[in-house]
Amino acid sequence: MQDKINEIEKSIDEAVKDVQSSKTLQEIKMRFLGKTGEISSLMKNMRDVPPEQRPSIGKLLNALRVWTEERFDAIEKKIKEFELKKKYSDEKIDVTLPGKVSEDGAYHPNTLIRRELISIFAGMGFEVFEGPEIENDYYNFTALNTPADHPARDMQDTFYLSNDLLLRTQTSAGQIRVMENKKPPIKILSPGKVFRSDDDATHSPMFSQMEGLVVDKGITLCDLKGMLDEFARKIFGAGVKTRLRPSYFPFTEPSVEVDVSCFECGGCGCRLCKGTGWIEVLGAGMVNRHVLEGCGIDPDVYSGFAFGMGIERIAMLKYGINNMKLLFEGDTRFLKQFKA
Amino acid sequence: MKAPLSWLKAYVDIDVTAEELQAKLFSCGFEVEELIEVGKDISGVVVGEVIECEPVEGTHLHVCKVDCGDKGIFQICCGADNVEKGIKAPCALVGATVYATAKDHVTIEGVMTIKKGKLRGIESDGMLCSGVELGLNEDLYEGAGYCGLLLLPKSCKNGADIKPIVGLDDYIFDISVTANRPDCQSVYGIAREVAAVLNKKIKEPDCSYTTVKSDKKDIKITDLAPDLCPRYIGHYVRDVKCAPSPMWLRQRLAKCGLRSISNIVDITNYILLELGQPMHAFDLRTLAGHEVNIRRANDGEKITTLDENEFALTHDNLVICDKDKPVAIAGVMGGLNSEIENDTTEVLFEAAKFVRDSVRKTARTLGQHTDSSALFEKGVYEYTTELAMARALHLIQELKCGTVTDLHVDVKTENSHTGEKEMTVSVKKINALLGIEVPAKRMVEILENLNFKVTVKGDDMHLVVPGYREDIDGYPDIAEEIIRFYGYDNIEGTFLPSASITNGGFTEEQKAENKLKDALVSKGLYEISTYSFYSQKDLDMLHFAPDAPERKAIRILNPISEDLSIMRTTLAPSMVNVIVRNLRRGNMLGKLFEISKVYLADELPIKDFPEEREKIAIGVWGKYNFFDIKGITENIATLLNTKFEYEAATKPFLHPGITAKITCDGAEIGYVGMLSPEISEELALDRLVYVAELDYDELKKHAKPFKYVPISKHPEVVRDLALTCDKATPCGEIEKEIYAACKYVSNVSLFDVYEGEQIEKGKKSMAYKITFTPKDEPIENKVDGFVKKILGNLKFKLNITLR
Repeated sequence: MQDKINEIEKSIDEAVKDVQSSKTLQEIKMRFLGKTGEISSLMKNMRDVPPEQRPSIGKLLNALRVWTEERFDAIEKKIKEFELKKKYSDEKIDVTLPGKVSEDGAYHPNTLIRRELISIFAGMGFEVFEGPEIENDYYNFTALNTPADHPARDMQDTFYLSNDLLLRTQTSAGQIRVMENKKPPIKILSPGKVFRSDDDATHSPMFSQMEGLVVDKGITLCDLKGMLDEFARKIFGAGVKTRLRPSYFPFTEPSVEVDVSCFECGGCGCRLCKGTGWIEVLGAGMVNRHVLEGCGIDPDVYSGFAFGMGIERIAMLKYGINNMKLLFEGDTRFLKQFKA
Repeated sequence: MKAPLSWLKAYVDIDVTAEELQAKLFSCGFEVEELIEVGKDISGVVVGEVIECEPVEGTHLHVCKVDCGDKGIFQICCGADNVEKGIKAPCALVGATVYATAKDHVTIEGVMTIKKGKLRGIESDGMLCSGVELGLNEDLYEGAGYCGLLLLPKSCKNGADIKPIVGLDDYIFDISVTANRPDCQSVYGIAREVAAVLNKKIKEPDCSYTTVKSDKKDIKITDLAPDLCPRYIGHYVRDVKCAPSPMWLRQRLAKCGLRSISNIVDITNYILLELGQPMHAFDLRTLAGHEVNIRRANDGEKITTLDENEFALTHDNLVICDKDKPVAIAGVMGGLNSEIENDTTEVLFEAAKFVRDSVRKTARTLGQHTDSSALFEKGVYEYTTELAMARALHLIQELKCGTVTDLHVDVKTENSHTGEKEMTVSVKKINALLGIEVPAKRMVEILENLNFKVTVKGDDMHLVVPGYREDIDGYPDIAEEIIRFYGYDNIEGTFLPSASITNGGFTEEQKAENKLKDALVSKGLYEISTYSFYSQKDLDMLHFAPDAPERKAIRILNPISEDLSIMRTTLAPSMVNVIVRNLRRGNMLGKLFEISKVYLADELPIKDFPEEREKIAIGVWGKYNFFDIKGITENIATLLNTKFEYEAATKPFLHPGITAKITCDGAEIGYVGMLSPEISEELALDRLVYVAELDYDELKKHAKPFKYVPISKHPEVVRDLALTCDKATPCGEIEKEIYAACKYVSNVSLFDVYEGEQIEKGKKSMAYKITFTPKDEPIENKVDGFVKKILGNLKFKLNITLR
């Protein structure tokens, strides 16, 4: 029996010598330990062994089984390790290959600026009002203290649709519509398209404006300055300052042109600010008394300010867009850059 | 508005540099758009005296020794015909810059730097210059028009810089004047502001003159159009001697870009520049009946103007006429028939106010824009009209070119407007508007500098407004005058300390639009913005029939060009144009959207506000197909929590087999389809293009508010059904019938379509995954019944069977 056992041990050694895969190992394992395997057969043969020898042989056989199992476990562990290593190496990928990106859309730059502006002013209590793009003479001019013979009508070349109807030249037209229907306190923003008969590298016959209007008791020029300071810091950066200088609009008095300190060079002078350190961004002023009166608001009780800016101009400044035409061409190479 | 520094100095003692003055003007509201340095290109040119001058044999050259004072004595070779010993001329030293001229010695061809050189082998250390080489002409400096050397007075110091001597050390301020300040459209007007900003007294131009008794009494001026001409002043001057103007006057005209003609004409031009009042001079002998009639032209009446252009006039044009005929287009240009000639001896001077609108309309309709019309369009105040006539008569006497008579006809109509305005303003109110405390004393000082007469009484200031400040209307105007001189730097930002709290933010509608844009961008679309106007040609491009409703577009009466002449009625042409542009630029695929308005009129030409409807346009091209773009419209439906229905339809510019009409709750809201191959070919497009357009305003009405539906504790059941139907049966119909047959169906989704050998000819197989969602009770054992019902309904309605 001992010989048999030695023989089996030997043939196990022989069988596992070149084992590489767990599948082959499993087969070998079955050959020896399976129900009809060699060791199991020996076990079955126990009944032919004389009873007095049974304990010792049983012991031997048991030892053989334990030895065999341990042997196989050890090999199996080795093979598993080997196989895993191989799997890892086989499945290795080039992690620098491009990722799968879903197609990204993009907002028009005007939308981005418009949203940013509205969120700044909404935080300060402004509501949004959108008036019609086709206006009449009254809302676009007369009610804004610009009667028919007024020199300021020459400042803007107007597209006319009839004697009375026109494409609005300024979102200020919205001011009147609001003031006619709402009494102070008023804080509104009026964004939208405006139209002027002008077409070159810095002018477009259609562009967008954002008008702001505040009417309440005791509003001063200092309040206008304070609000525009806040706007400039939020849009162009914390260190940016504003500067007011005299100007003229028929619907405000006093009227100012508002410059911001150049956010490119910090005011030292560069190409963006044409060496002046300042960039013109908007027009503003204290609402003209005649305008308030015309809307039924008592100018001796209430005062207010208004400001208006070109959204494209802000977009061009902020993003460094050098030609206004690009905003209306719809070239995908341009558009795709504005991901919000 | 151009103002030479040298001329401004005639009225104000300017003790700051040109750059400093530019900054000061800027601070008080006058932006200097360009500060032009007159002699910018000229440098290193000094006075040189020719102390030796020998001809070079066989040439036209002379070799000279030129004494340039402290700069040295130089040998210069000179080809000018007027070079000779003893003369003084501008001498450009080595390194100097002067203008290079063409062979004609007149045309300037750029700037050159003088180098040490040799002419015919003779060394030359500089160049003696002509007037042209210094950028001068006969109006800027006497003798500068000559082709040879510019001869300088013997009194000039050798070696002295040439620029102050010939007036090249001057600056021209090109100033942008705001529309409320027509009184500053003149050199003197600007000088008044300069005096105020520098805190200096202004020297007024001399307007004094004496008169002799007129030999004529018959000059008659009649204003027949007081609405267009509120004021007309005529003055008769005799013994006129036409001659060249003196140098000082010619120089001032020349620096402002006007050519000198003769003393009388020059005086009118001078007044235009100095005071901003256009004037005119008529040769009295040409005025029939010695009459001046200001009237509207008769339709078809003709006049030939000074520049020899003939114009046919209309009733809208104001003309100055004699007894018989027009002799000038009022405020625009004089007639050739009454022009001042060299032998003119009797002149009627005109200074008038013509209303802005009338002059503007006339100048525009006739296409005749002049310095005069430009000023009238900006507005001329009668204060200036009066002043200008007096100043012109003064100049007549100063230039000794005529005798000023006492025949002065001043026609003041009921529309005339003169005199000084008086008003009382409160210091407190001004400060309340500004938000700062400007001391009353400082206010008075600023206003007095601006020629207001100020009397202070407690908090009140009583003001007499200067006659040329018609723009001053109320205390805010006074506040502006004060702050622009007190300084905007003094305005400190505050944050509405007295205002009420208001609740701000987007309206619900704007929030919805933001969400829509967010959704489209998240699906990979780029947002575009295109012009709200295009042309009928763009509608032609998309084959719209002549009577298509889209053709009923509002026309712009004064379009910038025919290409941008009608208000758009559909966004499709704009979208297609953008796609075409992209393809031509090599952008071979893309997905775009635009949310913009179209403009729809009830009747044309429009009488009332048209309807402005917001539309959504979508365009895709390149690798995308019909179902990609339909997927986008489906996304919109989902976002609005509604359902769209699609049915085959046609559009003039879309493929008749690949076009769907979109409806929502039975209302038509738009279309989606492929650009027709015919149009693609016409536009030479090599990619398929798909467009959709939705009526956003209509769509908003069908948006359903979001509502939470409780989830059932019982499981959903999913069944797959493969159906056999006629090839032509649209998927949409089948889906509709499946939903209609059973209220537990919550989702129907097509997952396979098969046509081919395995199926009967003319039929197709459609495989759907149908989800049944339970309500309060489980449905597992009811689903077979539901399916039966669905199949029954399909069989009955569409003759569909289970495969």
